[in-house]
Amino acid sequence: MIDRIRHLAADLFNLPAEQISSSSSSADIKAWDSLQHLNLILALEHEFQIQLEPEEAERMKTICDVAKQVEYKLASRA
Amino acid sequence: MSIESGPPNHRDEIGRQIAIGRFANAHTLLASYWRSKPGPATAPFVLSQFEKLRTAVGATTLRVAILRSFTVEPLVPLLRAAAAASRIDLQVYVSGFNTYAQEILDRSSNLYRFQPEIALLAVQTQDLVPELWNDYSRLNATEVETAARRATNSLRDLIGTFRDQSQASLVIHTLESPMFPSHGVLDLQSGKGQLATIKDLNERICACAREYAGVYALDYDALIARYGRQYWRDEQKWLALRFPISANCLIHQVNEWMRFIQPLSGRICKALVLDLDNTLWGGVLGEEGMEGIALGSEYPGSAYVDFQRSILDLYHRGVLLAVCSKNNEREAMYVMRAHPHMLLRPDHFSVIRINWEEKAHNLSEIADELNIGADALAFVDDNPVECEQVRQALPEVNVIQLPTDPARYSLTLRGNPVFERLALSTEDRNRNGFYATQRRRHELRNNTGSLEEFYWSLRQRIVLANATSKTLSRVAQLTQKTNQFNLTSRRYREQDLAAMLARPEFRIITISVSDRFGDNGLVGVAITLDAGPVCEIDTLLLSCRVIGRTIETALLAYLIQQACSRGLGFLKGWFLPTARNAPAGDFYPSHGFSLSRTETQGSLWQFDLTNSKPACPEWIEMQEVNNKKYTHSYD
Repeated sequence: MIDRIRHLAADLFNLPAEQISSSSSSADIKAWDSLQHLNLILALEHEFQIQLEPEEAERMKTICDVAKQVEYKLASRA
Repeated sequence: MSIESGPPNHRDEIGRQIAIGRFANAHTLLASYWRSKPGPATAPFVLSQFEKLRTAVGATTLRVAILRSFTVEPLVPLLRAAAAASRIDLQVYVSGFNTYAQEILDRSSNLYRFQPEIALLAVQTQDLVPELWNDYSRLNATEVETAARRATNSLRDLIGTFRDQSQASLVIHTLESPMFPSHGVLDLQSGKGQLATIKDLNERICACAREYAGVYALDYDALIARYGRQYWRDEQKWLALRFPISANCLIHQVNEWMRFIQPLSGRICKALVLDLDNTLWGGVLGEEGMEGIALGSEYPGSAYVDFQRSILDLYHRGVLLAVCSKNNEREAMYVMRAHPHMLLRPDHFSVIRINWEEKAHNLSEIADELNIGADALAFVDDNPVECEQVRQALPEVNVIQLPTDPARYSLTLRGNPVFERLALSTEDRNRNGFYATQRRRHELRNNTGSLEEFYWSLRQRIVLANATSKTLSRVAQLTQKTNQFNLTSRRYREQDLAAMLARPEFRIITISVSDRFGDNGLVGVAITLDAGPVCEIDTLLLSCRVIGRTIETALLAYLIQQACSRGLGFLKGWFLPTARNAPAGDFYPSHGFSLSRTETQGSLWQFDLTNSKPACPEWIEMQEVNNKKYTHSYD
């Protein structure tokens, strides 16, 4: 899951996937601003067919957070 | 390893094709990658690859401004990716948040500085008329009408100002209806309710749009209804981020915009080329015979009838139709003529290619015959192998592979941006008829013994006339578009021609042709210029529809007769060769002109009017109307 999110973020932020690790956060990726965060949320919702609450979106600070949140959503849906 | 956005090797293959310089094929792969999985996750990849090949594939650049009352930013990469898939390089400007009115009214705003070619005005009901959305239940009838009128007036002002300031096309969203009206089911029972009010307001917006050239209405409410109101809206993101559209519906909004952008960009398909077996009917004709194929009122035959109906709609929109099928020609033609449930008959098709050749080969010939580029062809087939072969051999062709379920065939055409048109001229409406009668003429020619017999059998009637203010735009169009039978290929705008008419030495003669198959309309032009005893042919052209039918001889005979009646001694004219006007190359020598000099750009020919003159061929019935030169000043 982490890898899928890394690649998705790399496309979105227009960076090589190698530059994104599970601990990368909006603090150290310059392109990851609030608008890109909305793009990321929409991309996740569309890719995984999940719905992220505003509070959940708020809590996703790092790639690892994102992966965990998506996994949680997928698990609770199943 | 890779994300689940399309097959991983698909992405690698695009990179490989770019690396070896096969840009057209790379673009075709990129477009099918996007169409197989369009969305917010794939758009950035499509855009990054398109960046590398947009120049090589000759993409059309287009500047689009989005004027909005809500967050649209997440839609922008998807819109640009959808455009990229159609070889359109979209540059997008997004207005300030809810400052659309100020930007339209302020002549020095960023909007006008951006110099958009298209502007999209996307305003929500709750932003334009908040009282009708939020407070409807406590308004009386007068207050409702006041609110509706205020909204219409302010929109009309905005449209008018925009039109004064910019030549750009303007696409206006209509207003959305609420999922539930404020009064519940009572809304419909008590006179003009909230839903009826918004519907009426939308009709007024559309009427405003129709008042101006280049202003179009986009039915936003119908768009939402098409996919479902509940599915469309994301209330949480609306309340938290002012973004109202759910992740799954982003692509629907973007495709709706493309239905306007595509025809405005000129990147459209002019012709639709169709397979037969499992496309226009179910089953394989060669195996099942006419009785065995599925076509009729029972499912699955009814699905094919429905598909034919959607094709017929495109036909009436001016899209040319053609057949490209591997089949037994005689048998297939018999079905097209005689099957009781065929909606499409041979006469609907401009070109029919039923043979066992490769489809790509037939498609090239079809494009040539229709005189359009391969990028103006859409090709529809159920067979993935045929589709792939065409994609590889002719990457410009827009290949539409049908889904496995015939009940879904119609949806691949209805709403497809490549078939959208924003205006329909009489020419568009009749275009298919022209080409179909052309096809019958060819058949006749093949069935007639001598060429002369063929000419007689056509029963051609021509009308020669001086150009008037009514025909001048068609004359300009012909000078700009005619490439084959055109002696000098001089291109004129309407205002150039009007200036010529104002001068006594110029004459602009038009020729209209009809025959036993129908009326071809105004299809030829001659422009002459008198100087002393010499009449110079500045322009002589015929549309490719009427080449090879001795019309040119009739036109020349008329020019000669006219020059004689003006007491002139000579006719002269240049032949200026281009890459495409070889069909006109022997026009002067074959009509008794002698070569007077040759220069690098072409050859000058002369005709002594005391010599024996070519006459109008006896199989052509000639009529002269309006032979007084039109001299009114033209504005």
